[in-house]
Amino acid sequence: MTAAAPAQRRFSWAWLGVVPFVVFTIAFLILPTAYLFIGSVQGTGGQLTLQNYAHLSEPNIADAYAASIEISLVTAIGGGLFGFLLAYAVISGGLPSILRSALMTFSGVASNFAGVPLALAFTFTLGASGLLTPLLIALGLKVNIYSKTALELAYMYFQFPLMVLIIAPAIDGLRKDWREAAENMGATSLQYWRHIGLPILFPSLLGSIILLFGNAFGAQATAYQLSGGTINIVTIQITRQLRGDVNRDPGIGYAMAIGMVIVMAISIAAYSVLQRRAERWLR
Amino acid sequence: MNMEEATGQPSVGVRAPGAMDSIAAPAGSRRRSGSIIWWIVFITGFLYFFVPLLGTFAFSMRAQPAFSAYSVVVDDPQFAATLIYSFVVGIITIVVATVLIVPTAYWVRLRLPRLRPFIEFITLLPFVIPPIILVFGLLRSYSGPPLPLAGSDFGSNVLLVAAYVVLSLPYMYRAVDTGLRSIDVRSLTEASQSLGAGWVTILWQVIFPNVRVAILSGAFLTLAIVVGEFTIATFLARPAFGPYINLIGGNKAYEPAAVSLISFGLTWIAMGGIAMLGRGSRQRVQVAGAR
Repeated sequence: MTAAAPAQRRFSWAWLGVVPFVVFTIAFLILPTAYLFIGSVQGTGGQLTLQNYAHLSEPNIADAYAASIEISLVTAIGGGLFGFLLAYAVISGGLPSILRSALMTFSGVASNFAGVPLALAFTFTLGASGLLTPLLIALGLKVNIYSKTALELAYMYFQFPLMVLIIAPAIDGLRKDWREAAENMGATSLQYWRHIGLPILFPSLLGSIILLFGNAFGAQATAYQLSGGTINIVTIQITRQLRGDVNRDPGIGYAMAIGMVIVMAISIAAYSVLQRRAERWLR
Repeated sequence: MNMEEATGQPSVGVRAPGAMDSIAAPAGSRRRSGSIIWWIVFITGFLYFFVPLLGTFAFSMRAQPAFSAYSVVVDDPQFAATLIYSFVVGIITIVVATVLIVPTAYWVRLRLPRLRPFIEFITLLPFVIPPIILVFGLLRSYSGPPLPLAGSDFGSNVLLVAAYVVLSLPYMYRAVDTGLRSIDVRSLTEASQSLGAGWVTILWQVIFPNVRVAILSGAFLTLAIVVGEFTIATFLARPAFGPYINLIGGNKAYEPAAVSLISFGLTWIAMGGIAMLGRGSRQRVQVAGAR
């Protein structure tokens, strides 16, 4: 609190120090978003209206939102659980420690290997002449590369590594003594997890899964490349709007964009709250 | 299995001496039966990671003669031109982000601690506003008067760098701020001032060296993201690497596979750089936004 006093006294000059940062973020982050927001609440004549948001319930757009949410949910939960198991395997599962650093490095790479090259890699694996395609056909599991399933499989490639990266500190925070204490009092492994392990990890787990949801929800390049821009999800709808491929009221495009921002904002806010709760145990 | 229960020792070979603390963590009992499951989990993850790369490699090798897909790509002048363009944009992004973020984080720590929640909130916003929305807003805001940046080549480059700086905000700011937390900013500043140093000298010679590792690892992550970024570059019509991969993905057979693998290798190099910098220190994980 000693810092607050001089800061208060010199406030009139000190705030000048953050002007470049604030001006930059206003110009290239706040203003563009505000522009979309203002467009979203304006009618064609410039009057204030919520009509654009009402249009989001049109079948085509509602379907896009539903598909985006479905894909994000499936890959967040699937990637989240698998990423958690994988992180647990190398941290506490008794695997050689070299696998831990290998997994961490690979997770850093794979969680950033998104977009066009990732989509191409899945095309060469699951597409018409892909590596796994003959095997999948023989098993009766042929995946249509333009389908939601194919997109989910591709998203999983960056989702579960991201989970490994963000959940590893929480697993590290599970202390050995808690488990030993529980075992000394006769707790079974199941009881340990039910009453100690999972309650402690729960905020981290849920928070991380929500972060993965946002990560998939906002992704555009992977979906665009994999489906050739045909799959009906929100980011592709906005792509079409921007390209001028669809002849619809620009206000609806703005409303779609702001609708996305709202979904992202809710998920990031929930993540921050849960992360703060989780950090109580990570000392 | 019983033996392990009795001793509580890890059953799987421990190779590095420093590994004991992480390996012998919570478990204890049921060591080996657990291990088999964990091996299966690990191998599944490994296969998920490896098979698409193998598929890409196998596809690239269908071009005759062997490796010709790679030589065709490397000989394509567009390949070098777009890669260099994206790399230069990445470097400029890193410089701009550093010049913008380091003084701000320093100043907030020194003089405006009450502003920290506000600044942190701003640096989280790029997670909320995905690239496709950001470029949508940038195009609408800067396509007409008073500032028609999107109308010229130079203006579009400015917008591209600005957008990438925005994308780098969440992890760059956090990395720098964490770096500053570990040093006594106030004492260092006062000591420098009493030796007659001005603000520029303090920032450049005292603060900057203390956050160099944070900036460098942020820089590698920025490169991994910027080289190959598609959404923003394509809507700003920039001759960048991401749109180039998309372009040849549409009109070539085996070359796209080669470029994908090269792009993967570049990501790997960038991440390897971060791993090298972070060796020994327990850093917060850096996470970038959606693509």
